[in-house]
Amino acid sequence: MLARRRVLRALGGGAVLAAMPARLALADAPTSRRFVLVILRGGLDGLAAVPPYGDPDYRNARGALAIGEPGSEDGALDLGGRFGLHPALAPLFAFYGRGEMLAIHATCSAYRGRSHFDGQDVLESGIATPHATRDGWLNRALAVMPTARIGTRDGLALGPSVPLVLRGAVPVASWAPTDMPEVEPGLMQTIAALYRHDAMLGPALAEGLKAQSFADQVMNDGQRMNQPPGPGRQQFRQAAQAAGRMLAAANGPRIAALDLGGWDTHANQGAVRGRLAQALATLAEGVVDIAEGLGAAWRETAVLVATEFGRTVAVNGTGGTDHGTGGAAFLIGGAVAGGRVLADWPGLAPGRLYDGRDLVPTLDLRSVAKSVLIDHLGLPPKTVETRVFPDSRAAAPLKGLLSA
Amino acid sequence: MAARAAAVVATARFGLGAAPGEIAAAATDPRGWVRQQLVPQAMPPALAGLPDGGERTRLFLAARRAMQEQRRDRPAAADQPPRAALPPGMEQPREAYLHEAGLRMRAQIESKAPAIERLVAFWSNHFTVSILRPPVLALAGAFEREAIRPHVLGRFEDMLLAVARHQAMLLYLDNALSIGPNSRAGRRRARGINENLAREILELHTLGVDAGYTQDDVRALAMILTGWSIARLDDADPGGFRFRPLAHEPGDKTLLGKRYTEDGEREGIGALKDLARHPATARHIARKLACHFIADDPPSASIERLAATFRAAGGDLAAVMRALVGEDAAWAKPLSKVRPPAELVVAALRATGYPAATQGDGRRLIGALRRLGQAPFAAPSPAGWPDTASDWTAPEAVVRRVEWATALAGRFAAEIAPMELFAQSIAPASRTETRLAVERAASARDGIALVLAAPEFQRR
Repeated sequence: MLARRRVLRALGGGAVLAAMPARLALADAPTSRRFVLVILRGGLDGLAAVPPYGDPDYRNARGALAIGEPGSEDGALDLGGRFGLHPALAPLFAFYGRGEMLAIHATCSAYRGRSHFDGQDVLESGIATPHATRDGWLNRALAVMPTARIGTRDGLALGPSVPLVLRGAVPVASWAPTDMPEVEPGLMQTIAALYRHDAMLGPALAEGLKAQSFADQVMNDGQRMNQPPGPGRQQFRQAAQAAGRMLAAANGPRIAALDLGGWDTHANQGAVRGRLAQALATLAEGVVDIAEGLGAAWRETAVLVATEFGRTVAVNGTGGTDHGTGGAAFLIGGAVAGGRVLADWPGLAPGRLYDGRDLVPTLDLRSVAKSVLIDHLGLPPKTVETRVFPDSRAAAPLKGLLSA
Repeated sequence: MAARAAAVVATARFGLGAAPGEIAAAATDPRGWVRQQLVPQAMPPALAGLPDGGERTRLFLAARRAMQEQRRDRPAAADQPPRAALPPGMEQPREAYLHEAGLRMRAQIESKAPAIERLVAFWSNHFTVSILRPPVLALAGAFEREAIRPHVLGRFEDMLLAVARHQAMLLYLDNALSIGPNSRAGRRRARGINENLAREILELHTLGVDAGYTQDDVRALAMILTGWSIARLDDADPGGFRFRPLAHEPGDKTLLGKRYTEDGEREGIGALKDLARHPATARHIARKLACHFIADDPPSASIERLAATFRAAGGDLAAVMRALVGEDAAWAKPLSKVRPPAELVVAALRATGYPAATQGDGRRLIGALRRLGQAPFAAPSPAGWPDTASDWTAPEAVVRRVEWATALAGRFAAEIAPMELFAQSIAPASRTETRLAVERAASARDGIALVLAAPEFQRR
């Protein structure tokens, strides 16, 4: 550990302060609020995750994929009379019961096409035109957060790459499970010196070593973690557990992003069981992991679960659903004023669908994101409008999503 | 020295990193070194004689049938969905994947025509099939051998056709299940179309997302492709491509304003050929090649010239590659792109001359790639692996690269002289500091690690 600190010191700056006692770092922390963004890549079927069982057209439109009414066998968990929660999301129902989960429906980013890749770009850049910018809205939010803190970075990406939403001018930490042997400090110091001449790789290596040191300190008493990347969706659980524990630290990051794939259910998506249900179960387990890792800090946390678009109202010819528009999202956490469904419900009647096939989006996801940035992370509303989400006046922040 | 620096560019930017002697060979004529590889090559020895797509499909279909029967016998198991990446019963397809992925790495490491292997990898990624969908496990290798490799210097439309008809793609993007709603099978079974493959052909494989096609065009192409499927275990020639006339949507279809009269399987062939020849496709492919071989932000003039060559040569990919080699921007120094993990691992083993200690362990290399975030044939989506430096330089990921290089160095420190490795790989394009660090290394292992982890080795 001492040797590693020497490497970090050689890399310069406040790196070594990552190892400072928590109470010292705390004095410099501008916020104790935590925010986690979970991106569901592939297009979550919101009508399966949050079935609008009270809509008279739901059963007809969904046929074999319809989730049963609350109280029926394998039925949805009731979210207040019109909407339900997919049974595979049962672990999230407890948050709802405690008033810590807001289910959001008929929502979408500003994107109105049907490409995953453009849709994810808009969701993460926060700009309505795909590929209009190379930074993400969370990185722009980091840029205007009160001060850069001593210690680790405010932003944390979980997984092998930094998602667009966290890319930009502000350096962020990243973490992924690994079982590779650590390089001895002397050799790493020599290598890091060579990297200083590379404008891209140099800062990345320095940040990576800092993040590694911090993660080991928080999660393993300063010893090197030895955790091979798990198979498939297990990696999401690993990321969620790490996110919770690293965010819990008083001198840890405040904003984290992680993602989960497997939502592009064009064929045989299943209803109560099957491909989609498995993905939903993994999501729910991961959110519970985040909450458990955060411990007492869960009180000060909001987790936004969002996807690039919803899926078609009708079932396609192969027991699945195709790329749609409006869908569901979740805002979960001890700081959330939940226990309800937030939806200006447009209805599923055939004549009321977007493009004749999709749920009409009645809420821009940026409205939710702005509320989090303003009411939860304390950013000035004007800065959010001009710097984080420019050209988005129509998507006004909502009141009352967070408990004061 | 300048010629040797250009040789480093040739082997890194167009090859898979220099093997011993390769820089010297390329130094006399770096552009010629690339061009002379652009002729049809035999199947690499490591990949010769592997089972074809039909056999691999039968392996998958049999595994799936066994799984379904198992589930029928023990219905309670359905309440406990498997959490692991692999459903039970997929052991044999998984074996096929590991075996083939290991051999493919070996072929890349040993290749005497690395420019061809780069093209195979590029096109395999352009037309991604990913093992994140279980049917692809058994089939990914055969897909690359059959639908990609034979066409990398051929015509784009032939590759597109081979891809769209391959079992791996038909299963990966669900077209094998797609049924015309007004076909006899559709009316009988209340099943219908699946537009997954049609959308990705338009968006990712041919025109590109901004080409102005509509949802109606996606649907029309999906209708045109109904019936493109695979033969089931009980059919004749099980596992092969099969056009199912009874599943094909009857009637004329209109795609991009052109009417395709009812013509069964030939409708799809005609539509794919038209898409391959569309000017938007030329531009889309030109941009992607330029981003891959020139820079993350390639000059638009280069893209225009490549697109013009693509159009003039009727999609002849050898002509496009010759034009690419002729672009001065492709020879700019220093190397600006970052090697993705798959190229880094192969480059390291090429540079070290593929020591005996590492031979025969393709599986260990697959494990390394998984840990570095790029397991073979496992792209996260149909868009394939990303291709810019910022996609591969997350802080954590850069630390992992250094750790992997160091661990590899430890495995053959007794066999390799660090300065020789340095001279044969990155020396002509390296900073003095890097040379000094290798010279002063405390041990052979440290010296090898410094070469393989050096920033100059990370770039291409």
